[in-house]
Amino acid sequence: MNAPVKQHLIDPEICIRCHTCEEACPIDAITHDDNNVVVDASICNFCMNCIAPCPTGSIDNWRVVATPYSLEEQLEWIELPPQEDLAEDGADGTIEALDDEVAALLAEAHAGAGGAARAPASASKPSVNLFTAANPAVATVQGNWRLTAETADSDVRHIILDLGATPFPILEGQSVGIAPPGTDANGRPHRMRLYSVSSPRDGERPNTNNLALTVKREPHGVASNYVCDLKRGDQVRLTGPFGSTFLMPNDASADILMICTGTGSAPFRGFTMRRQRTVSGASGRMTLVFGARTPDSLPYFGPLKKVPDAILAKHLVFSRVENSPKEYVQDRMRAEKETVAAMLKSGSTHVYVCGLKAMEAGVEQAFEDIARGAGLDWKTVRDTMRAEGRYHVETY
Amino acid sequence: MLDLINVDYDTLIPNNVGLSSDKRVLKALEKWHPGYINWWNDLIPQQFQESLVYLRTAVSVDPKGWAKFDYVKMPEYRWGILLAPQVEDRKIPCGEHAGEPAWQEVPGEYRAMLRRLIVIQGDTEPASVEQQKHLGLTAPSLYDMRNLFQVNVEEGRHLWAMVYLLQKYFGADGREEADDLLRRSSGSDEAPRMLGAFNEATPDWLSFFMFTYFTDRDGKMQLESLAQSGFDPLSRTCRFMLTEEAHHMFVGETGVGRVIQRTCEAMKEAGIEDPYDISAVRNLGVIDLPTIQKKLNLHYSLSLDLFGSEVSTNAANAFNAGVKGRYQEIKLEDDHRLTDATYPVVQLVDGKVVTTEVPALSAINMRLRDDYINDASGGLKRWNAAIAKTGVPFELSLPHPGFHRQIGVFSAVKITPEGEMISDAEWDKRQEEWLPSKADGDYIASLMVPCWEPGKYAGWIAPPRVGIDNKPGDFEYVQLHMA
Repeated sequence: MNAPVKQHLIDPEICIRCHTCEEACPIDAITHDDNNVVVDASICNFCMNCIAPCPTGSIDNWRVVATPYSLEEQLEWIELPPQEDLAEDGADGTIEALDDEVAALLAEAHAGAGGAARAPASASKPSVNLFTAANPAVATVQGNWRLTAETADSDVRHIILDLGATPFPILEGQSVGIAPPGTDANGRPHRMRLYSVSSPRDGERPNTNNLALTVKREPHGVASNYVCDLKRGDQVRLTGPFGSTFLMPNDASADILMICTGTGSAPFRGFTMRRQRTVSGASGRMTLVFGARTPDSLPYFGPLKKVPDAILAKHLVFSRVENSPKEYVQDRMRAEKETVAAMLKSGSTHVYVCGLKAMEAGVEQAFEDIARGAGLDWKTVRDTMRAEGRYHVETY
Repeated sequence: MLDLINVDYDTLIPNNVGLSSDKRVLKALEKWHPGYINWWNDLIPQQFQESLVYLRTAVSVDPKGWAKFDYVKMPEYRWGILLAPQVEDRKIPCGEHAGEPAWQEVPGEYRAMLRRLIVIQGDTEPASVEQQKHLGLTAPSLYDMRNLFQVNVEEGRHLWAMVYLLQKYFGADGREEADDLLRRSSGSDEAPRMLGAFNEATPDWLSFFMFTYFTDRDGKMQLESLAQSGFDPLSRTCRFMLTEEAHHMFVGETGVGRVIQRTCEAMKEAGIEDPYDISAVRNLGVIDLPTIQKKLNLHYSLSLDLFGSEVSTNAANAFNAGVKGRYQEIKLEDDHRLTDATYPVVQLVDGKVVTTEVPALSAINMRLRDDYINDASGGLKRWNAAIAKTGVPFELSLPHPGFHRQIGVFSAVKITPEGEMISDAEWDKRQEEWLPSKADGDYIASLMVPCWEPGKYAGWIAPPRVGIDNKPGDFEYVQLHMA
């Protein structure tokens, strides 16, 4: 089988045949007959010039296909064909990324869920791979701030990237790829690294076309040092978006349990801001269990404290505070076992675990113990939740 | 350097025409501006002026910059002067000057003709806002209300576009004409709008959707022809306007489609098989398909009148002068002068409709009308496909071009939608079979009750399949100001 490719298509049921896209296309990839307006897969280079001028939104359709639909096929369509099921592991045809490299990284990150990941039923449909190494989006650094105290032993940064006029549709929980410029000691380009966005889909402030990253400087990390050293006005080449399962439910009544350490908090900042922006009335509970060594090394410690408890129940736990016993996220889970058990029993609970690989075993063990205490079998509960798109792990 | 892509916000009037260094025109526009704002404020009900509407605004005229979405109060909308980028070495595409460089200034010999064309186009833009001023109060959803206001602010911008051309290129005469565009008013006895269809009422939302589908499509065809003008500033203005006009087509096509969709669904749910069982269908609180057909007949026939007489010396002169081309002129393969070509035109000979070949130059209007009919039939095909999908046995159709006409050869006779010529007496007896009656209008009016909760839709219209700017179904497109 050919490696799947992404194909740009127009929904003939929504298109009104105004041909505005055809005028906007700089390389004549769009054509029409009396029936339909169609995109030639052999010409389209995903420049996205046609997306904004379309009055209907019919232009914004994408399929991952083994063989691209021909012009003749598209001209005959009355409606768009469904996404073909290309996945071999039965994971719902979900394509996390098209590059083998990125797909492998994400598969590795999601492995802790114990099986093929699925997106929540009410999640928005993600776009993936709109920008590639060959055709990256160019973002401008709007700001770069240190989140951890100067005295803290870790340097975690909040970096805002402005996309200008480039549409970059990204959902909370998705990632972008950044490859540092230059080559390694062997003369090969540096490898791409994935970073979860920490802003909600409509930007740091509503309707700003930017996104935020939460990046920790690693002592010898080429990519993390590159990103952490970026200055206002610098240009960065982005690929992505990537990821199609670690997404938040749009359903406002869904309860969300988020467990993280360090920069694993990035997607949860996005989740929380999204909920705050979109939900005004009663909504499901959001609970955050967030572990760090000390308060001054916990990213977003200040802003987090300001989120009202009614929106987010916060459990900030620390393992290196003088004169206090060490506390890890799994310890707090155990301390709150009644609440956690009740959540596991509810069909509206979505669980997300994000952080270093090292946290996975402890969290898993805590869930197993809490489930057993409540008369549940953890593996069964977990597999059910996962199959329903309600259990998500992303660790690295 | 003059930046011709990005919009300059330094002046009160956003523009990409270097207004800040063109003091004369800037002054004229700034003088005209308060009158425009008064016109707008008097027109749109106050509660909507204060509301935040999720509108798109152009920040540049390249494809990526012209659709920035944000909440804005309508009186604060940045109406501006936006011209599509200049095409290098553009040539006059048609007529006796075909192949000569396009004019960057008004050619003296065609001054009066150009001014007339710009005034007529300009007159239609505010007219439709006037016709639609009451509709906000009965919007069937916040989504539809937002679409109405988007159409309105863009018609307002199109007025600005024409006013700019008048003030920039036509001196004192142009300024006077610009003032008159605000003096005339749709449906007024003393100073009506220039074209008939723009003095008709738009009493309800189905009329609005039919208007945006059929009448704004005439606007599209006129803009397409003016975009082919040898007078380059007019061409560039119209090319940018067409991008906006596409949104109006969208509102019309999907609006009518959603009304049809809801009617068919309601019939299926209630088990009504006969689309002509009008009282049964109306009992469901939806608009029956035969009445939708009547509305279509009305708006289509009014719109055909906008194309003028089939054979027209004015149109021939405009084409020959190179100030107005044909639809897609540069894509047509002929001599672009029409010295020997002929074109088939319908005429009345001895009381019969016959088609005769006339010199193509004199049939410019007829040709544009044919292009329009072809363009307009596309939506019907899709509406009918949607009806067929629900299994309701009904098909909408465009009436005969001679049906219910006030202008052109058919104005002298009475013709049924099927194309049969009938007596005046029979017309009077039967016209309510084909055109909406007072009772039809009253019934539709009874459905026009506001539905302003985010994500909710009035019972006679289906929700859209896709949100504006990809927004979710319950997005609050208008944050209503509740005084």
